[in-house]
Amino acid sequence: MAKQHVSTIINGEPVEFLCEPQQTLLDVLRDELNLTGSKEGCASGDCGACTVILDGNMVCSCLMLGAEAEGRKITTIEGIAEGDKLHPVQQKFLEHAALQCGFCTPGFIVAAKALLDENKNPTEEEARYWLAGNLCRCTGYDKIIRAVLDAAAVMRGENPPSPAA
Amino acid sequence: MPNLSFTAPTTVDEAIRALAGAQGLAKPLAGGTDLLVQMRSGRTRPEVIVDIKRIPDLIGVREAGDSFVIGAATPGVMLSEHEAFSRAWPGIVEGVDLIGSQQIQGRASLVGNLCNASPAADSVPAMIAAHAVAVIAGPGGKREAAVEAIVTGPGQTSLKKGEFIIEFRVPKPKPRQSDAYLRFIPRTEMDIAVVGCGVNVTLDGSGLCTDARVVLGAVAPTQVIVTEAAEALKGHRLDDDTLSRLDAAAQRACKPINDKRGTIEYRTKVAGVLARRATKIAFERAAGRVAGVH
Ligand SMILES: Cc1cc2nc3c(=O)[nH]c(=O)nc-3n(C[C@H](O)[C@H](O)[C@H](O)COP(=O)(O)OP(=O)(O)OC[C@H]3O[C@@H](n4cnc5c(N)ncnc54)[C@H](O)[C@@H]3O)c2cc1C
Ligand code: FES
Ligand code: FES
Repeated sequence: MAKQHVSTIINGEPVEFLCEPQQTLLDVLRDELNLTGSKEGCASGDCGACTVILDGNMVCSCLMLGAEAEGRKITTIEGIAEGDKLHPVQQKFLEHAALQCGFCTPGFIVAAKALLDENKNPTEEEARYWLAGNLCRCTGYDKIIRAVLDAAAVMRGENPPSPAA
Repeated sequence: MPNLSFTAPTTVDEAIRALAGAQGLAKPLAGGTDLLVQMRSGRTRPEVIVDIKRIPDLIGVREAGDSFVIGAATPGVMLSEHEAFSRAWPGIVEGVDLIGSQQIQGRASLVGNLCNASPAADSVPAMIAAHAVAVIAGPGGKREAAVEAIVTGPGQTSLKKGEFIIEFRVPKPKPRQSDAYLRFIPRTEMDIAVVGCGVNVTLDGSGLCTDARVVLGAVAPTQVIVTEAAEALKGHRLDDDTLSRLDAAAQRACKPINDKRGTIEYRTKVAGVLARRATKIAFERAAGRVAGVH
């Protein structure tokens, strides 16, 4: 079958690619564009490791066809930091040791950024519900939630104390 | 899927041609949160995928006279963010909000939830309870069908080759009319309904129920409109006697399956309990709503 030619914007840059009709956006990111930060944990929408932001909404890139990206704006984990400057969510994940194996981390960071773009001051409950589509087999979630709430505080201009090392 | 083709038409007519002209299976694509999972598992092997999201008006909610019009490909997040709709039909929005995670909400549509034809689909009971109508486009022109006429069995719909749903029309509620949806799952998020129940009631000025619709999900091969439960409400207030007749009617309407989420006995009992609880919420909302939503 004819490959699809797709023009899209990924992390602010215009990108063109060819893909098979059945290739997911996740397949395209990882296999065609070498953006391997987004992970495939389940390929069925359950784990959130493949989370990207599509025109302002977070979605599972494993449940979207590459061909659907035509003309859209996509942010992946590779687009979250500004150059060398980590996003507050990334910085707080490091400080809180909110990761162990790290497989779930890109998805959590993209999802947390999407949350804080929309809600500057989430409660713990709101953060937990928002992140319910991201699974982590290692951390027990608590450090992740602390990191996200602290990042929110930093982004509001507050100065939460760094957790003791 | 070596022969799969993908097309993203920009008009309804082109979409009908693509769906009707395929030799093998042609599938409309809305949010893809069911379709892509089923393609991956091999349960569905389409030859043609027709992405409907580039057709103007298929994404978004608008008001037209006495109805809300919901474009077929409108994702869950957009419906819950629509203030007038959320005020008008909080129960439908409750059902939609329960679908999957925030990521799934970014894509999942009401039309996909309906046309996937799962007995457990969370948005369907409240849509049926609200008398929502599907507008269908196809080779023979446009037609309308009540939402309850679309699903004919698990994975089966009454849509004919080349047909697809372009929008839903949901009538605006009258004064003292409101709805609620509850589902029961063994955990707090990300699971499939053991039972779901949507209730739509209208009260008179003294609090008596004048009209009602009670719809159960996940207790039979399709959603069930429990006429007997609605009859138990009409002409009554929510006293204990009315509630127990409602509960019994809901239980009688169940023909559930036995599975790891619940036995037949358990699902039947829960159906009665959810019918009571959802009805109480719908009554409270209707009583609090003196003016209609316009
Ligand atoms: C992790 C996860 C969790 C989920 N949790 C829930 C849940 O809690 N409750 C629940 O009810 N569902 C749940 N779902 C299922 C799914 O998300 C919903 O059913 C969703 O509403 C489907 O909508 P969609 O737009 O993604 O459909 P799609 O996948 O695009 O389509 C679904 C079906 O409808 C057909 N279709 C699409 N558009 C049209 C049209 N315009 N006319 C006719 N047919 C059409 C497609 O061909 C396909 O057969 C979950 C799914 C995932 C992956
Ligand atoms: S890989 Fe997409 S949700 Fe798990
Ligand atoms: S850190 Fe290992 S899965 Fe989350």
